[in-house]
Amino acid sequence: MKKGKAIMGLLALTLVLGMLAGCGSKGNNSAANGGTSSAGSSDDGGIKGEITVITQRTDIVDTVFKEYAAEFNKEYPDVKVKFQALSDYEGQITVRMSSDDYGDALLLPTSIPLEDTPQFFEPLGSLEEMSKEYIGLEERTVDGNAYGIPTAINFSGVLYNKKVFEDAGIMTAPRTPEEFLAALKAIKEKGDAIPLYTNYADGWPLTQWESVLTTVAGDVDYVNVTQPNTDDNFTPGQPHYELYKVMYDAVEQGLIEKDPTTTNWEGSKSDLANGKIGAMVVGSWAIEQVQEQAPNPGDIAYMPFPTNAKEIIMPLAADYTLGINKHSKNKEAARAWIDWFIKKSGYPTEIAGGMSPVVGAALPDTLKQFEGTDVKFELQTPAQPGQEGWVDKIDKDAEIGLWQPDFKKRIIEAAVGNRKESFDDIMKELNDAWVKSRAKVTQQ
Amino acid sequence: MFANLSYKTQRRIIIIAFSLIPVVLLFTFAYLPVFNMFKYSFTNWNGYSKTFDYVGFENYKTIFTNPKYFSVFKVSLYYFGATFVQMGLALYFATILSFNVRFKNFFKGVLFFPYLLNGVAIGFIFLVFFRPDGTLDTLLQVLGLGHLSQGWLLNPNIINISLAGASLWRYMGFNFIIFLGAISSIGKDIYEAADIDGANRWHQFKHIILPSIKRILQLNLILAISGAISAFDIPYIMTGGSNGSNTFVIQTVDVAFKYSKLGLASAMAVVLLIIVILVTLLQRFLIKGDD
Repeated sequence: MKKGKAIMGLLALTLVLGMLAGCGSKGNNSAANGGTSSAGSSDDGGIKGEITVITQRTDIVDTVFKEYAAEFNKEYPDVKVKFQALSDYEGQITVRMSSDDYGDALLLPTSIPLEDTPQFFEPLGSLEEMSKEYIGLEERTVDGNAYGIPTAINFSGVLYNKKVFEDAGIMTAPRTPEEFLAALKAIKEKGDAIPLYTNYADGWPLTQWESVLTTVAGDVDYVNVTQPNTDDNFTPGQPHYELYKVMYDAVEQGLIEKDPTTTNWEGSKSDLANGKIGAMVVGSWAIEQVQEQAPNPGDIAYMPFPTNAKEIIMPLAADYTLGINKHSKNKEAARAWIDWFIKKSGYPTEIAGGMSPVVGAALPDTLKQFEGTDVKFELQTPAQPGQEGWVDKIDKDAEIGLWQPDFKKRIIEAAVGNRKESFDDIMKELNDAWVKSRAKVTQQ
Repeated sequence: MFANLSYKTQRRIIIIAFSLIPVVLLFTFAYLPVFNMFKYSFTNWNGYSKTFDYVGFENYKTIFTNPKYFSVFKVSLYYFGATFVQMGLALYFATILSFNVRFKNFFKGVLFFPYLLNGVAIGFIFLVFFRPDGTLDTLLQVLGLGHLSQGWLLNPNIINISLAGASLWRYMGFNFIIFLGAISSIGKDIYEAADIDGANRWHQFKHIILPSIKRILQLNLILAISGAISAFDIPYIMTGGSNGSNTFVIQTVDVAFKYSKLGLASAMAVVLLIIVILVTLLQRFLIKGDD
């Protein structure tokens, strides 16, 4: 799902030209088409038409998705479903979205600012109404209307090899950063495995650290409510500082791979599965992929990110959300597909390895171990009205890159000793940029 | 009907008809994007919104007042340095292979081959090459130089040399083939005359080959220098610009696609374009004074 992002980014360059050339005509008939078309439905209420579904799953588009379409046709025989899979989803779809032709049902690209969503997508219903059926809609809600339904609900923490930890004498999952670092040290002393794998070279796995911010803060409000209203985002004692201090300390104490600049994501999955790696910070979507390669899948376990907070919260977050092209000619058919895909295909749990976003759905097996413990599963509080998208805006304006690998790489480089700056220098610089851009963004 | 037209008109119609398609293609895919890039460089466009504002010279001001955008040019110096090694090697091989040597065509192929490879493939090949206990380290051990091995991409003092080395390996074939073409255009009789006069290979190189390919040498230099300024593919694939290997183009791509500042990125692209034009003009000017 998220593999190979590093090279995919390269395609972005090839697309620069296309993008610049393709965006010449603006605002052609985007407004004229808004929400009145019902060309796809016949008079007797049966849904028919042909829809194109665009997905990022190039690996299963010709196998699993074909089966889904066949299943779907049993219920809606008059709808023809075609698929298109894009290898660099974000890059390619944003370019296509400058025309009207970007499929009927598609994933909402995360790089599109929240407030621009209505320019491209059809509202699926009011949040109030829709949240009786689904969770995780807040991700793409503008003015009370939901625009995308999550294809799965992911949770974030640390994926680890239980056997490696047990061999080093660590029988229970570490709870605090101190315990975590001590455990990594014990693994290192044992000498057989790399305690913590950063996947520095691939870059994007480093962004997975950002998704456990809620666990470090111990507060579901922190990310969207507290963060845009504070000038102390990267100062000592604050979640960001504490989170990346764990990274810095682990690297500084040599608890990571020997040469982070030549890591390999695909290789790291089988190394973790085979006990050559102790732990990696990745989302729940990776569990399935690693277990598949493990000689004993029971060894592969998941734990919340270590935290000093009172409560242990494992944050739930929407994976890509699925929505309808505003210019689609078969909106009803597209809607039928979306609801069917999320509720009945089994994709969210079986393929995406997360939780189903349908209200009342059962927990997946990987989470059952936490039932009855003090680990809580909670969605982040959405931003306050009027502050939607602030974090993203500040982040982009300041070029901090909360969801980019850049400053995480700097932290690792500094910890290895390649940079003159210290951890505090980096944090201070990030905080200064944050304060400056926050003042700019919140003024507007 | 066409036959009734005068020769001059016929000729004009044919010229226009034949050049129409290339000109349209050139305009659509070369000039229009550049024109749009200039336009976007004065906006705050994020790359996909239907709306954007004109901000005047704000983007250019940002580039020229924030040292972070320009400091990356010092990485170009490594590629600039590698340029001369690259041209030296290319010239050396081209000269040798223009004389009669065994397996001449085989070696030509070997030297030109890297240029045909896809940049992404080369990036991955060299990632394995520079990995700890990878190809390079193994090779050094075999040669008894194991003590020299180190973190080729980890050491910030070495990383740019490693990357420039990979770049050199890739682009040398291009320089080589151009030199080879230029050298083979020199008439055989000149060499024969030189042989009779008792000139050795070095004399032939210095007094025949070098003066004959001077123009091509200058052309290659211009290409190599603008290539050094806009170095992109190898460092982007191998390190993504981390660990002090960031170049101006990588930074431009980051600004455009990571931080959705297409306006600012366009301005950076315009600045780069202007720099490359200036360097080229400067070189032409200096070289002209030479003649």
